[in-house]
Amino acid sequence: MTVTTFTNARLIDPESGEETLGWLRIEDGLIAERGTGARDGVDCNGKCLAPGIIDIGVKIGEPGERHKESYKTAGAAAAAGGVTTMVTRPDTDPVMDTPEMLAFAMRRAQDAAPVHVLPIAALTKGFEGREMTEIGFLGDAGAVAFSDADAVVQDTRVLARAMTYAAGLDALIIAHPQEPVLSRKAAMTSGPFAAKLGLPTVSPMAERMQLERDLALVEMTGVRYHADQLTCAASLKVLARAKAEGLKVTAGTSVHHLTLNTFDIDDYRTFFKVKPPLRSEDDRMATVEALASGLIDIVSSMHTPQDEESKRLPFEEAASGAVALETLLPACLQLVHAGHLDLPRLFRALSLNPARLLGLSAGRLAVGAPADLILFDPDAPFILDRSKLRSKSKNTPYDGRRMQGRVLRTLVSGREVFAR
Amino acid sequence: MFAHPHLLGIEGLGPLDITAILDRAETYAEAARAGTPPEPVLKGMTQINMFFENSTRTQASFEIAGKRLGADVMNMAMQASSIKKGETLIDTALTLNAMHPDLLVVRHPHSGAVNLLASKVNCAVLNAGDGRHEHPTQALLDALTIRRRKGRLHRLTVAICGDIAHSRVARSNMILLGLMENRVRLVGPRTLMPAGVDHMVAEMTDDMKEGLKDADVVMMLRLQKERMDGGFIPSEREYYHRFGLDAEKLSYAKPDAIVMHPGPMNRGVEIDGVLADDINVSVIQEQVEMGVAVRMAAMELLAQARKG
Repeated sequence: MTVTTFTNARLIDPESGEETLGWLRIEDGLIAERGTGARDGVDCNGKCLAPGIIDIGVKIGEPGERHKESYKTAGAAAAAGGVTTMVTRPDTDPVMDTPEMLAFAMRRAQDAAPVHVLPIAALTKGFEGREMTEIGFLGDAGAVAFSDADAVVQDTRVLARAMTYAAGLDALIIAHPQEPVLSRKAAMTSGPFAAKLGLPTVSPMAERMQLERDLALVEMTGVRYHADQLTCAASLKVLARAKAEGLKVTAGTSVHHLTLNTFDIDDYRTFFKVKPPLRSEDDRMATVEALASGLIDIVSSMHTPQDEESKRLPFEEAASGAVALETLLPACLQLVHAGHLDLPRLFRALSLNPARLLGLSAGRLAVGAPADLILFDPDAPFILDRSKLRSKSKNTPYDGRRMQGRVLRTLVSGREVFAR
Repeated sequence: MFAHPHLLGIEGLGPLDITAILDRAETYAEAARAGTPPEPVLKGMTQINMFFENSTRTQASFEIAGKRLGADVMNMAMQASSIKKGETLIDTALTLNAMHPDLLVVRHPHSGAVNLLASKVNCAVLNAGDGRHEHPTQALLDALTIRRRKGRLHRLTVAICGDIAHSRVARSNMILLGLMENRVRLVGPRTLMPAGVDHMVAEMTDDMKEGLKDADVVMMLRLQKERMDGGFIPSEREYYHRFGLDAEKLSYAKPDAIVMHPGPMNRGVEIDGVLADDINVSVIQEQVEMGVAVRMAAMELLAQARKG
């Protein structure tokens, strides 16, 4: 029996929305007891103790692109970043579309990653958008959701059938709303700055358009639906309406769309090329407000490792995506320091809401919940040096940036997997 | 004094930089007309022309400019070379850089590619056109032509007409002419206007009559069919009817307006063939002539700036 007590900790409780100074006792990998005041135990010096981050939409290069990221390197990055559960994307090579592949990947993950790994499986075979995958078998094999990642299912009839089938199994569908034809070859969001750089662009309306199609199908089929990244005012209005109507809809956004805007691309900096492309400052602020109000449920890293070769190219040819497992928390804390939201609200979006969406008992500081915990100093300043990242790929847009907030310890099921 | 390491775009240049290049180019243009050979100021220097996109006119212009100033000029047709073998742009740049050229003239189909390349080499890089981004020497030669014909390069009304969306020439010209305090109007179908361009210039219209009204300069752009993936205009004949420059449409401009075109022209699509050849209004041949002079000046100033 392993027992640890953390005392003199600022307990960040996303469920109650409160933070209190107190102690928390862990027993056999679960939270056994908590209270205010002091106890004997590990002194946290008033630093923050919060439920570990559950990051939906992490890309790992296994199988297919292990040179970009493996379960081992991603796991180390996650532990250091305070991510206690990685929910992995199915856009591997080949795509994660059979229960056999899923089982193989989970064995690899268990051996190599010190944090929990839960897989998202493909929604259609080979991401081809023609036939649905074995949603039942994949669910039995451990898939927590179904998605074609950024390969949008264009055939509305195929998607309608997959949603209807998934609804029967109460399976969760995650979609990347982006009208695929309008956004074809686009490297940047349209606007004056894009016009100056002369890059092929897409209007943010492409996001709203696809979201509206998807929501009509959700209304039709009754499936549980999560939009992985909403990033602009136009689609947030649509989301608000759908929620008001009572559809089973949740939405996420990425840390990059909360903290960066289209101007960051500056002189064709490819580390700032992400999907969907970075938006205007107005849209970024609308997204931040939606997070603060709770309209946006979840913040993810959208961790997308890319090697140097695929980024050292002209902007149009360069690969999209950024690594963010280790920068997710400090970048989000920027919003807290700027006064947009408080810590309990942030951890609703990072931990509690993802747990609820996936039906996990983690994400809380409640007695009986798994002891997936992080201790962090929200104020500790540092300058990000990408060469020090634990991810195998170092493609972060925050290189050289002054940041605040460092993880001091990470516990997964009560076991320490990272300490600084 | 011109003190830039590269010429990647008009963006970043000041009015004095532009004037310095134009003044120098003017002397080269006059000398060429008089048949006086210029000083071989680039003697002993190596100029490599790297064209990742087909070009006859611009490449020839840069080659002649370099040779007139005594440089050793080498042309590399990049489409036929190692790019086909899978080499990346940066590797190609590093390979060439190791041969210590003094001037690299680069054209590339992607916006920003020349900036990327310039960040990896030690020599001076001249942008000969990157994607839809910039084509600075074209804007400079246009400016020189305007200045010679109009006697000034400020407080003029310039209508840039046609395919703005796909045009690096339009972008460089907008920036240059705006910087010199001219009034720039964009004229063309809305499908060929990049979203957000209205923030860059004061006036935008899809009516040639309105757009050309009282213009001093009418700058026609080539319809870039090769960059279009379908459906920007209904047909070439409708385009010609609405936006093609002919004598009637030109009559809306000032009586002494000049007509420009960066070439190559699609006669009967964006411009009437007879009008294009009318030496009373068309300055298209002079633009080509000024092209060599401007490129000589730009390369000389860059080489000087490098020497310090």
